[in-house]
Amino acid sequence: MLLNQFLLLSAVLFSIGVYGVLARRNGVLVLMSIELILNAVNINLVAFGAFRATVGGEVFALFIIAVAAAEVGVGLAMVLLMYRNRRSIDLTAIDQLRG
Amino acid sequence: MENLLDGWGITLATFSPLVGVAVMMLIPKEREDQHKLIALVTSLWVAFVGVLLLIWFDLDHTDKLQYVVDKVWIDVISSRYAVGIDGMSLPLILLTMLVVPLCIVYSWNHFPDPVNPKAFLILILILETGMIGTFVAQDLVLFFVFFEVVLLPMFFMIAVWGGDDRRYASLKFFLYTLFGSALMLVSFLALFFLTGADTFTFSGLADAVAAGGVSRNAQLWIFGGMFLGFGIKVPMFPFHTWLPDAHTQAPTVGSVILAAVLLKLGTYGFVRIAIPILPEAAVSWAPWIGLLAVVGIIYGALGCLAQTDMKRLIAFSSVAHMGFVMLGIATLTDFGINAAIMGMVAHGLITGMLFFLAGSVKERYHTLEISRLGGLLVQAPRMGWIFGFCAMASLGLPGLAGFWGEFPAILSAYNPGNGVPVETFRTFMVIAALGTVLAAGYLLWLLQRAAFGTPPEEFADDPHITDTTKHEWISWAPLLALIVAIGIYPNLVFRVTDGAVDASLTPCLSVEGEAAEKLDCAEVYKIGHDDGHGDGHDDDGHGDEHDDEHDDEHAASGN
Amino acid sequence: MSALLTLAASASTAAHGAGDLALGITEGGNWFLRNVWLIPLLPALSFVAILFFGKRMPRGGSEIGIAAVGIAFVLALLTGAAWIDHRDNFHGEEVHAAVVVDEAHGAHGDDHGDDHGEGHGHASLAVHQTVTWFQTNGVEFTVGTLVDGPAVMMLLVVTLVSLLVHVYSTDYVAGDRRYTHFFAFLSLFSASMLLLVVSENTLQLLCAWELVGVCSFALIGHWWEEKPNSDAALKAFLTNRVGDMGLLVGVTILFFAAGAALPGTFGSFSIAETNALANSGALSHTALLVASCCLMAAVMSKSGQFFLHTWLPDAMAGPTPVSALIHAATMVVAGVFMIARMYGVFFEGFQIGGSSINLMAFIGGLTTIVGACLAFVQRDIKKVLAYSTISQLGYMVMALGVGAWTAAMFHLFTHAFFKACLFLGSGSVSHAVHSFDMKSDMGGLRKDMPHTYRTFMIGTIALAGLPPLAGFWSKDEILVGTGGWGLMGGTDANGAYTLMLGMGMLTAALTAAYMTRCVYLTFFGEFRGHGHPHESGPRITVPLWILAFLAVFAGFLNMPKGFQLAPKGLQERFGHFVEPVAGYFPAIHHARPSWSLAIVSTIVVLCGVGAAAWYYFVKVEAASKAAGTSLTELPNGPTTRWPLARMGHTLLANRYYLDHLYNGVVADGTKGPVARLANRINQDVIDRTVDLTGETAVKAGTIVYEKIDQLVVDGAVNASGRGSSGAGEELRKINSGKVQSYAAILFAAATVLAGVLIVIV
Repeated sequence: MLLNQFLLLSAVLFSIGVYGVLARRNGVLVLMSIELILNAVNINLVAFGAFRATVGGEVFALFIIAVAAAEVGVGLAMVLLMYRNRRSIDLTAIDQLRG
Repeated sequence: MENLLDGWGITLATFSPLVGVAVMMLIPKEREDQHKLIALVTSLWVAFVGVLLLIWFDLDHTDKLQYVVDKVWIDVISSRYAVGIDGMSLPLILLTMLVVPLCIVYSWNHFPDPVNPKAFLILILILETGMIGTFVAQDLVLFFVFFEVVLLPMFFMIAVWGGDDRRYASLKFFLYTLFGSALMLVSFLALFFLTGADTFTFSGLADAVAAGGVSRNAQLWIFGGMFLGFGIKVPMFPFHTWLPDAHTQAPTVGSVILAAVLLKLGTYGFVRIAIPILPEAAVSWAPWIGLLAVVGIIYGALGCLAQTDMKRLIAFSSVAHMGFVMLGIATLTDFGINAAIMGMVAHGLITGMLFFLAGSVKERYHTLEISRLGGLLVQAPRMGWIFGFCAMASLGLPGLAGFWGEFPAILSAYNPGNGVPVETFRTFMVIAALGTVLAAGYLLWLLQRAAFGTPPEEFADDPHITDTTKHEWISWAPLLALIVAIGIYPNLVFRVTDGAVDASLTPCLSVEGEAAEKLDCAEVYKIGHDDGHGDGHDDDGHGDEHDDEHDDEHAASGN
Repeated sequence: MSALLTLAASASTAAHGAGDLALGITEGGNWFLRNVWLIPLLPALSFVAILFFGKRMPRGGSEIGIAAVGIAFVLALLTGAAWIDHRDNFHGEEVHAAVVVDEAHGAHGDDHGDDHGEGHGHASLAVHQTVTWFQTNGVEFTVGTLVDGPAVMMLLVVTLVSLLVHVYSTDYVAGDRRYTHFFAFLSLFSASMLLLVVSENTLQLLCAWELVGVCSFALIGHWWEEKPNSDAALKAFLTNRVGDMGLLVGVTILFFAAGAALPGTFGSFSIAETNALANSGALSHTALLVASCCLMAAVMSKSGQFFLHTWLPDAMAGPTPVSALIHAATMVVAGVFMIARMYGVFFEGFQIGGSSINLMAFIGGLTTIVGACLAFVQRDIKKVLAYSTISQLGYMVMALGVGAWTAAMFHLFTHAFFKACLFLGSGSVSHAVHSFDMKSDMGGLRKDMPHTYRTFMIGTIALAGLPPLAGFWSKDEILVGTGGWGLMGGTDANGAYTLMLGMGMLTAALTAAYMTRCVYLTFFGEFRGHGHPHESGPRITVPLWILAFLAVFAGFLNMPKGFQLAPKGLQERFGHFVEPVAGYFPAIHHARPSWSLAIVSTIVVLCGVGAAAWYYFVKVEAASKAAGTSLTELPNGPTTRWPLARMGHTLLANRYYLDHLYNGVVADGTKGPVARLANRINQDVIDRTVDLTGETAVKAGTIVYEKIDQLVVDGAVNASGRGSSGAGEELRKINSGKVQSYAAILFAAATVLAGVLIVIV
């Protein structure tokens, strides 16, 4: 098994995701980037599961997919709400929590 | 001894106030009368339980913990719900149970601004739980939890109902004590881990330390941490600066509870936890505690002389009085610690009373500036006499409670416990005696300026200035009566505390004794006499106390 | 614990050999002697009763006080009778105490008592009753009564004077603002004082000691609306507190010193035990000396000894009956009584026997002169009497210092009567003229106030010490007791205190002179005040006459031994019944009375009277006639000029040497510069120091508070608060509110941590 390739793929995906989360201003894109990060993790889990011949990796990946679905649901709802209130989904404009 | 309250009496007394709180939560805050009634009934009920606890308390074995409960509480950190009462905690518990209902009665018709009886009374009841809990806890974690429970209600009481500068004062109070608590907690944890004991109970830890699990150095550090934690609460010089501010800003009832009970949490910590568990470190620390105590006595008194605000003056006098208490503790003698507990009770009664009076003066004159007051005896003669009485009690007049905290402390400093430097403590004794003169000075000067003379013009015809009211009488009479009763018959307290103090000091005395092959108890007190009469007598013969022949011979020689 | 202690106790006794010390006390005795606690209890109850019900009583509570003190007086009389019987006829068992015997000290309880054989016969056993007061550390602290000669004598004096003062006060303070309070505090005072005299242990003594101080405070400040009165009250209380410091320390030292010598306890407050141990030599001399010095400080403040006496004249701000009762007859002698009570300690501590000077005798002697000089320059009649009291208290302390115990007690006894008589007389006068100022408001009162005049004269003669009035006998005994009189047969006293004899003689002359001045200014010449003074009512004059009667006859109770004019059965009765012959009392020598000394001292007194009388009754009287008004001093008197210059001038111009020596130098020199210097030292140095000490304390307090407390200590606290608040200010900038910046920090941190992990692993 070539574990390295999977890990490399996962690392690339993760980095893209991180870039997206940090750099994009669009809320939807940020959500999608988060999705990328999660899937990068999933790939890792599945790869390691296969590598060590246990099902634990797949079980966790499935679990993460379920949680990610829920998270996207909540996240999109928030973005929608944000759009309704401010006619914009620019994340940099939201800083009410500033100390 | 079997009785009705065995096994659950303490729990009942400790948590009853919370039941009252729960009921009050359910009632809208507009129904003030119901709130007052519930709070009063709850506190009276607790006091009633307290009386039952006293009645069934076995006074012949005050050194034994009674009404003990020892159940698993938080197993994961080996903490247990261990509570019990012995002779050292009983007087303080009863003091708490007495003061709380009196405070509720006192504030019956005049809650400080912003008037909100519901919140105010709930805070007082939570405080009561915290205070009683601290005094009954026999487990460090439990003790710590209750110790901190006390902090919050007091913080809110000062921050919400306080005077003009309440934010500053309440924050100072909170931060200062929290700082102390943090160090204290560290000490507790260090003790737990270093001893390797699988328990947090006092007795378990004491045994573990006695078994020799902790190095002497570590003991000193741990004691130091506790010393800071408790010392801030006492408050000892130089950690006292939160006290005048907190007292000055707190509402009357807050000051009373603060003075009467909260300050005792610190001194109680010393006699209950620090000294019995770490006797060896206590001996090493004693001179420093004693030094800070006498500095506090003189310093507090000098501070009092400089004050222009009556309440602040009384607050400063607390520093001086607690100095006497700490001096008694620092001697590490049975006598001194008995005196210290007596001092705690007496200070609670007397200074509590003085703060009540200051509150009543403020209510009538709307100021506590001493230079603006005067002639209280003319306008409110009864209150003036009570004020004079309390001043006398506070300066340690024999026949009133204060004396029995002061004089025995001075006395015991002449002959401190085993291993404590004698000359140092004799010097402390003389300085402390000087403190009694200064105490008379500032209290009588205050009395002269506030109560004697004729009323100043601005208040001369003020119709608001009335004599003592009914509520004031009800809330003051028990305190006044107790001040006299304990003053005339100090055994009321000494009888209860003596055995327990003796037991708690036993490790302290034996520590040094081990080196010199088990000294007698009588021996211990002989150490420090310049001529050392009682040296090395371990024979067990019985000397005749009456030698009749000798008697007659002597009587005849007069003829 | 208690059992353990006992065990250890018996063990130690065995190791050292059992010492056994006779204490000179017994548990038995007559019912009155065993239940003497009732006597202080009565006024104490009356205090409570007056406090709660006084205002509702028809006479404002005074009747309760009088009834209580009256019954107490009757009980005291019965106790006295019982004691007289007990003293000689009691054969009960004596209490012994086991002591730790150290080889070095060789304590044995029987090296005393031999000396008591002479003249006193049967040993007196004090009746001792105790109950447990409280217990700590397994040791029981008791409270109880120790009834012996001095206690019984004091019980009688206190109850009698208190009763008379109560009666007197019903008239004197009638219609006062706080009539009821006045009687309440009189009752409390009587109770405390009676408790003090029967105290069985030093702790109890200390309590009563402070309680009488408080009563004194409350009564001096009775009219506290006026600032000077409350100032005086504060001064009295605080000065006494300074001395009480000594009492606290002294009692503590004795407590542990006695504890070291007694098995089974770590301390003892018991007066009998402490004294007996001190007598037997079981206590270290150092401890006794230090304790004696400490206790002496308490005596100096309470009994107005030089240089802590300044409160006593100020205390005259209180009502006159209070001055008579508290500041003349009873409370101020508490110090003297305390020395008498702890005489074993003082006798050993100061080594009174066989010495020729010691602290106590010196302070006493100095006080008597200082006080007497000051009495010359007072305008206020009560202040004259106050300084006189200081001087007489000095006499008593001096007597105790030279070992003349009985003489001191006897002087206390007679002084209580004649000084109370004088004070109440001055009260009667001021009641009539509404002033205390002799120079501006009195004069010539002998015609208007015959009763007051006569009783005052009797008191004056008794105070001056002319035979055969009371003061003569007691003063003479003191002078004999100094042992300094060697002519015509030595006096066989405890030592040879020649200096004290001189001081006593000088004071005798001064006393006679200033009292002559006082009498002249008050009762002779012409009336200088306003209105028409009238004699006071019977409630004032009857107590005066009773006291005057005692001032005449009390002296016969202790006529000297071997006095040829008195029947043998009447000689030294007072000494026989009052002076203890017991284990707790030291073996003191008794001086032999001397005719020559009595004659000389009488001549000295007559000289004092003569000089003052010549000045006032002859010179001033003549000047008054010439001027047509009633004068109080010579208009061109030497006091108006520079006395030394005048003396030089007189010496050169007139050569009228003797005349002017007596008049200008001796009389006026004493009256003028010397007395004034003493007064100035008193007012400007000592009094000022007291004031300065107070001011400095306040200043120091202010400095400490402002500079150290507020700036340094509190500053550090505030600075730490500011520090954390500043740090928070900086940190909040990170808190931008933007989710992405948080995420960036999160990732950055994760990266760093990952890096760390890699480096470490």
